[in-house]
Amino acid sequence: MSLTNTALLKVENLGVRFLMKSNMLLGKKTYLYAVDDVSFEIQRGETLAIVGESGSGKTTAALAAARLVKAYTGKITLDNTDMLQIQKEKLRQARTKVQFIFQDPYSSLNPRLRAEEIVKEPLNSLTNFSSQKKQTLVNDLFSAVGLRPEQQRLFPHQFSGGQRQRIGIARALATQPELIICDEPVSALDVAVQAQILNLLRELQSKFELTYLFISHDLGVVQHMCDQIAVMYMGKIVEYADRLSLFNSPLHPYTSALLSAIPSVDQKRRESTKRILIPGDPPDPINPPKGCRFANRCPVAKDICSQKEPKLQNTKNNHKVACHLVGETAVSPLKHLL
Amino acid sequence: MTEPLLSIKNLRIELNTRDGVAPVIDDFSFDLFPGEAISFVGESGCGKSMTALGIMGLLPEGVGKIASGSINFSGEDLSSAEPKRMRNIRGNEISMIFQEPMTSLNPVYTIGEQIAEVLRAHQGLSKQASWAKAIELLDAVRIPNPQARISDYPFQMSGGQRQRVMIAIALACEPKILIADEPTTALDVTVQAQIFDLLNDLRKQTGTAIILITHDMGAVAEMAERMIVMYAGRKVEEGPVQQVIDNAGHPYTQGLISCVPHILEKLTAERQTLQEVPGIVPSLRDFGKDRCLFASRCKYVSEKCNNARPTENKFSSSQTVACWHTESIQ
Repeated sequence: MSLTNTALLKVENLGVRFLMKSNMLLGKKTYLYAVDDVSFEIQRGETLAIVGESGSGKTTAALAAARLVKAYTGKITLDNTDMLQIQKEKLRQARTKVQFIFQDPYSSLNPRLRAEEIVKEPLNSLTNFSSQKKQTLVNDLFSAVGLRPEQQRLFPHQFSGGQRQRIGIARALATQPELIICDEPVSALDVAVQAQILNLLRELQSKFELTYLFISHDLGVVQHMCDQIAVMYMGKIVEYADRLSLFNSPLHPYTSALLSAIPSVDQKRRESTKRILIPGDPPDPINPPKGCRFANRCPVAKDICSQKEPKLQNTKNNHKVACHLVGETAVSPLKHLL
Repeated sequence: MTEPLLSIKNLRIELNTRDGVAPVIDDFSFDLFPGEAISFVGESGCGKSMTALGIMGLLPEGVGKIASGSINFSGEDLSSAEPKRMRNIRGNEISMIFQEPMTSLNPVYTIGEQIAEVLRAHQGLSKQASWAKAIELLDAVRIPNPQARISDYPFQMSGGQRQRVMIAIALACEPKILIADEPTTALDVTVQAQIFDLLNDLRKQTGTAIILITHDMGAVAEMAERMIVMYAGRKVEEGPVQQVIDNAGHPYTQGLISCVPHILEKLTAERQTLQEVPGIVPSLRDFGKDRCLFASRCKYVSEKCNNARPTENKFSSSQTVACWHTESIQ
C-alpha cells in the first residue's frame, strides 16, 4: 500500500453500450448496455478485483478502462491523465502504463512469432528504444517470469499452458506499466499450474510495485489476490468493499448467494453456510427489468425493488452496496436465511 | 457388505500415438457400490475421462482400446461385450453427461425430440408416451414451463438449462450409473450450485450411482462420498472424501489441495501460501514406465521412486496410497 494513497486509476460513471439493431426508418436504435454507470478506483500498488458471472460486464468494463472498447459516457483518469480526451502520441504514451494479461494463453499469443518477438511487440509499437535495449529488457523479463534464456527462440506451441501464460505476463511487463489488467489469468490453466501463476503475479506485484485490476469469476482466486473487490451483476456494480468486509459480511443478496454457491473443501464452512440457491438465469440484457436488476431472482425482493433502481451507496467503512433492503445499519437482508 | 455395482479390475487402456502405443490407463482398479457417489480427481491428461469412455465403450475406434483387465457391471464383463449389447447398456443402464452443454446437444432438433428419442429407443415407448414422459423429465430437472420449453431448440436455452436437458436425457431411462464428466466446468458458480443441488436430489430419489469427474476439490467435497485421485493414468490415492482432504497421503493429492486458494469459514487478513506443484503432467511417452510418474514433480523423491512403480498401501483404515514414502508423510 502506498503512503500517499492516491488513486492510480479512477473510473467515474463509465458506460459502454453495443448497438444491437438499428431501424433507419424510425430512427430507433436498440442498445445493449454492457456497462452501466460504473465507478471504481484503484490505489497505487493495490489490487482491485471485479467479479461477476459471464455476461456481467466485468471484462468490458476493464477493456473500456484501458480504452480498448469505446465508452459512450464517463470519465477515466489514469495517473492524472484524462484517458478519454487524449489522442495519438499522448495516447501511445499512456498505453505504456496500462497492459493486459489475457485469459487464454493459447489464443492470445501469435503462433508465428518466437517467444522473444512476442515479448518485444509492445516495445516495438509503444517505445522508441534501440534494439539493443529491447533485447536487454527481454532478457530481464524472461528471467523475471521464470523462463530460461534459451526458450526465447521457441514458438508458442513448444510451451505448456503455464509457460505460455508466463510469456503473456512478460509481454505485459515489457513497457514497464503501472497498471496491469489481468483478465481471468488462470482460468484456462490446470489447477496445479494456477498456483505457479498466482504466486508469480504476487511476486511481480511487490517487486515492480504494480497495480492490478483483476478480473475473475473464481472467488477463491479473487480472495487470495485482491485488496478491494467489486461485484458486478448485469452491467452494474452491486457491491464494492474491501476483501475482509465483502467475504466475511456480504450485504447484497446476490453477493451472499454467489459466496454460498462456492463448493468448499472446508467442512466447517459447508456446515455453517447455508446455500442460498437463486433460481433461473439473469434476465435479457437488452431489456433489463425496471428497478433492481436482481429483483426477479432475489429471495427477499419487495415491491420497491421492481420499481425503483437502487443506487450504490456507502454504508459504513466504505462498504458500498446497491440494495434497497440494506439500511444504514448495514445488515444483510438475508440474515434470517443464513 | 453389498456387491459392487461396477467392479473394475486391472484395467489397461492403450492409445495409439505417433510415438507408439501408450497406456493411458495403467492397472487401474476400483469398485462402485449401488447408489454411491464417487469422484475421479486429477489434472487434465490424467486419464479421468478415458476411464469413463472405457466404461461406456466409447473409446475412439482404431485409436484406443482396452488392452487388458475387466469391467464387471452386475455380473457382466463390459470390456468384451458386443457393440450391440453396449448400445443397449449405454443410456439405459449407464449414462454420461459431458462438460460442454453447448456442443453435446444436436442443434437442429428440439430438445423434446432429443429426450423422447432416448425413451423410444430404449424403452419402446410410443411417440405420444415418450413426449409426455419428456415433459415430465424436463419438469424433474426444474425447467420452468416444460410444456412450452419442450419445443425449444438448444440455442434458445441458457448454458445451465442445456445442462439440465442433458441430465434429463441421461436420466430418462433411470440408469444405475451416471457418469458426469466435468458437468459444471463451463457454467457460472450460481448455476453450478443449481446443477449440484439437482444431481443430489435426483440421486436421492432414483438411487443412481454417480461418478463425478472433476479437478475441483470443492466440487468433490460437495458431491461425492469417496474420491479416487488419478495421476498419469494411475490411481495414486483413494479414500473417503473428507478424510483425504483433511489428511492426504499422496504428495500429488496434497499438492492438488494446497495449490488452490480456498474460501474458508472465516477469511483473515493473512493469505494462504499456495503450494506450487512444479512442472506438468508427463507426456504420454512416459506413461506406463516402471517408476513413480510423479517423481519429477515430487519433493519427497528418492532413488527408489525412479526405479519401481509404487504399490498401493493402506494409509489409514479406509485410505490407500500409491507412494514409496507413505511412512515419512504419515
